[in-house]
Amino acid sequence: MSFINLKDKVVQVKIVYYGPGRCGKTTNLEYINRKFREQIQSEMVSLKTHGDRTLFFDFLPFHMGQIKGYDIKIQLYTVPGQVKYNATRKLVLKGVDGIVFVADAMEKQREKNIRSLNQLHENLQAYKESIFKIPLVMQYNKVDLKEHGIPVLPISVLQQDLNSRLQVPYFEASAITGYNVAATLKKIISSTVVSIQKKLL
Amino acid sequence: MNYGIVSQEQLEAIEEILSQKLIKLGVDCAIIIDMAGNIITVKDNSKSKYDIYSFAALAAGNFATVDAMAKLVGETEFSLLFHKGQDSNIHFSKIDDELLLITMFGRDISLGFLRLNVVEAIEQIQKVWDRQE
Ligand SMILES: Nc1nc2c(ncn2[C@@H]2O[C@H](COP(=O)(O)OP(=O)(O)OP(=O)(O)O)[C@@H](O)[C@H]2O)c(=O)[nH]1
Ligand SMILES: [Mg+2]
Repeated sequence: MSFINLKDKVVQVKIVYYGPGRCGKTTNLEYINRKFREQIQSEMVSLKTHGDRTLFFDFLPFHMGQIKGYDIKIQLYTVPGQVKYNATRKLVLKGVDGIVFVADAMEKQREKNIRSLNQLHENLQAYKESIFKIPLVMQYNKVDLKEHGIPVLPISVLQQDLNSRLQVPYFEASAITGYNVAATLKKIISSTVVSIQKKLL
Repeated sequence: MNYGIVSQEQLEAIEEILSQKLIKLGVDCAIIIDMAGNIITVKDNSKSKYDIYSFAALAAGNFATVDAMAKLVGETEFSLLFHKGQDSNIHFSKIDDELLLITMFGRDISLGFLRLNVVEAIEQIQKVWDRQE
């Protein structure tokens, strides 16, 4: 749940990048960290293993400016995608306001995307949240691999697998080149802020 | 409890408690965060400069991790969480299921004395919180 400070007029919003191992969650935040320097006041925090896999989370505070006189502070997190880390994944989801589900568009990752999304559904239920109600955006990442001759799932298949029931906004993206990283971020921020604005009225 | 929104009066009352009970003692910094890593309020002696948003995210993660470990070994919780450094120490205390009080203090304050005051501060904060329900 977002935290609203009526005294200092600050709203803190928690957005989590979720998805299977190596799908590109950390790469999304790294790109945002490089591209939006003027909106980021501090260093990105990354709790990771030697092999650069996320161990607990990445954290990046992102300043959004004001809405209705309230300062909006967006807190971006990633979860660790490796299967064995579900306990920590759950901890990061605590109090989440909006989610970007990053799917790996590589053909061989098809099953892993589906399993990860199903687990997100269960993990949210443990907090009495619903995947059908929480602001959510789909990102189909690594589409750049097509040009390198690596088999990538067609968007229609990804949509069928992951978004046929949810029907949330989606983007093809390449976190490594930055393609649609900002578009994904803008979309999840606007969906999340709209849902929080109702509380400010 | 609607902990997501806090009124101006509530926050002022809580800040006053932190000032009176902790900052006056010589504590460098007292922060209240929620378990999701949001900052509720910060009081410091204006000498220290921490990146409090990153600090809150890490502190919530740290506390949550220890809490999960406690459950694994069959404890309901480890009520005291304390990190000791060369010049500064960090003390974590649960206010309720959603809120944490974190204090940072130097060598000149003993842990026992600090804990006593933290307990009193928490009792007062709980009263302010309850009034709002
Ligand atoms: N070609 C290509 N590679 C990518 C893209 N995004 C990420 N990668 C690569 O995929 C690998 C894993 O990326 P990370 O961002 O660390 O993945 P993650 O989702 O954070 O992984 P975990 O922390 O283990 O959950 C890295 O080698 C990235 O460079 C992309 O859009 N295209
Ligand atoms: Mg990662």
